[in-house]
Amino acid sequence: MSQVLPAERGLRRVIGDGASVPDGQVDGLSADDLLALYRGLVLLRTYDERSVVYHRQGRIGTYAIFWNHEAMQVGSAFALERRDWIFPSYRESAIGLLRGMPVATVLQWWRGHPAGWWNPLDWNVASICVPIGTHVPHAVGFAWGAKLRGEDRVALVMFGDGATSEGSVHEGMTFAGVTKAPVILFCNNNQWAISTPVSEQTAAPTLAEKAIGYGMPGVRVDGGDVLAVYEATREAVARARAGDGPTFIEAVTYRAAPHATADDPSLYIDEERVAEARENECVGRFARYLERAGLLSEDVAAEIKDDALARLREGIAEAEAEPPADPALVFDYAYASPPPGLADDLAELRRILGR
Amino acid sequence: MSTVTLTYREASRAGIRHALATDERVFLMGEDVGAYGGAFAVSMSLLEEFGPERVRNTPLSESAFVGAGIGAALNGMRPIVEVMTINFSLLALDQIVNNAATLRYMSGGQLSVPLVVRMATGAGRQLAAQHAHSLEVWYAHIPGVRALAPATPEDARGMLLAALDDPDPVFIFEHATLYPLEGELEETPHAVDIDHAAVRRGGDDVTLVTYGGSLGKCLQAAETLAADGIDAEVIDLRTLRPLDTETILASLAKTHRLVIVDEGWKTGSLAAEVSAQIMERGFDLLDWPVRRVCTAEVPIPYAKHLEEAALPSTERIVHAVKEMAF
Repeated sequence: MSQVLPAERGLRRVIGDGASVPDGQVDGLSADDLLALYRGLVLLRTYDERSVVYHRQGRIGTYAIFWNHEAMQVGSAFALERRDWIFPSYRESAIGLLRGMPVATVLQWWRGHPAGWWNPLDWNVASICVPIGTHVPHAVGFAWGAKLRGEDRVALVMFGDGATSEGSVHEGMTFAGVTKAPVILFCNNNQWAISTPVSEQTAAPTLAEKAIGYGMPGVRVDGGDVLAVYEATREAVARARAGDGPTFIEAVTYRAAPHATADDPSLYIDEERVAEARENECVGRFARYLERAGLLSEDVAAEIKDDALARLREGIAEAEAEPPADPALVFDYAYASPPPGLADDLAELRRILGR
Repeated sequence: MSTVTLTYREASRAGIRHALATDERVFLMGEDVGAYGGAFAVSMSLLEEFGPERVRNTPLSESAFVGAGIGAALNGMRPIVEVMTINFSLLALDQIVNNAATLRYMSGGQLSVPLVVRMATGAGRQLAAQHAHSLEVWYAHIPGVRALAPATPEDARGMLLAALDDPDPVFIFEHATLYPLEGELEETPHAVDIDHAAVRRGGDDVTLVTYGGSLGKCLQAAETLAADGIDAEVIDLRTLRPLDTETILASLAKTHRLVIVDEGWKTGSLAAEVSAQIMERGFDLLDWPVRRVCTAEVPIPYAKHLEEAALPSTERIVHAVKEMAF
């Protein structure tokens, strides 16, 4: 069970610090489950670190870094069933990997290649939302629709602290409360919206307490603690399945990497806090928890890391083996039945390209 | 007259700085405009110079900060609101269309909304379908506002100052690919004319009408055409609402051929409006049907070669001109 730390405004934690704060446990998680969580964390961490390198090498486009957000993504996704849906923001672009999506597919997405268009129906992972928080009403409507159809299916929607200031999020949460939609509103509060700190985002002491205004519970967890995130999400999922409606989860962490590859945080960030966050990053924290419990040896940790690195190596090779898309793709998919004007535009393009 | 070389970005900043320094009613607000200096580094260092009351980071609430800009303007302030990019401005459309644009009219002229809203527009930077629109025509559609599209550093600086002098809401669309563009400006910042289009290159054979991020492509196309003996005149619309049709008509009286280059989608575009006005007022001047070079009517692709294929290009402009008989 998690412990609630009142000094930190109700922040729930399971993982201790190896010294004064003892480790807790989450009921019902086997040793295999714990290792599966760890594999997920390492896979996402490896994906993220390699992606920054691939961006610097010009092999993928501008990339939204999620370093030290892995525990929020793994912990919450692990609390779902495969039939449940995930609505990611750009910060969770690789969350499909946790459901077995090929690495190459996600890398293709960041390369702007059609092979990167995963079918959301295959993975129950919606397409990535680049506008801020505009996918929250989608998740609410999706979940409400599932409820109306009598499906046992919940939706998890992920967004950042900055998104909580957007009208779409406010309106989506209002709607979720009224419809008792089976949706989990998961806010990764990394305390920065590019350069705007959460203190300039809202005067509310915590984001979780906003939930009361929407008529739903608000839960606050340590976003660097994969077990606390898992447990809080599992409870929210149970509420949703029981017909008790939505839950707002505020997972608190600190953004220890740039907002995206185009960002220079040295202009605004608190370097001391970054150093502290990097010291206490979520993958290492869970590794130490597992080591203290005697569940992770050096050999197993190395094997898990090597496996993730191998998947990335294979993924980028596979992604780069695909030839660039034919320019005719520009005109595909704007409509189910393209209007005749598009054919004229394509003919003009072919004439200019000389093919 | 002493001059100074500035980038479009620096020129825009110089305009804001001049306004902040000379008019205490002016303040700047928007997402990341503070220590970060704005998403395009336009407001870099202004926070240190003018402090957080006048260079203000906002929550991610476009409707709120555009609406607050309207409220502050109603109360005699001269807010400059930076909306990071034009796609985010969609979240403030009700404030813009139903409020900023109507309050003078609906109060019988008793209210005034001297609000300036700046935003980056346009594609060409691999930012894909949700971050690369050219929707300025939507704003040009609305009675009650003025829409400006600076294509040069001089206009980036001077249009901002002219906008602040305007008693009505003014929207400034800064094409995101222009920020590094250098130009020579008069050293002292001053407002520029925002009522007229500008002839950026004189020519007798064909008129290329454009604005914003497409001006450079048109000037380049004109050079290519010149090598083939076709002398193109290039007109920069500058002000998208109200349109200066007279300058175009004067050009057509010489060239009799019109190609409009507009990064917006062709249907319902500024190019469509220019074309319609020329049909109404300059039909007899034309020796050839008006041609439009616009962005392909699809969401903007992400992959570089696909994005390039979707946008107006020098090649497409040259081709459109060469299809005409001379």
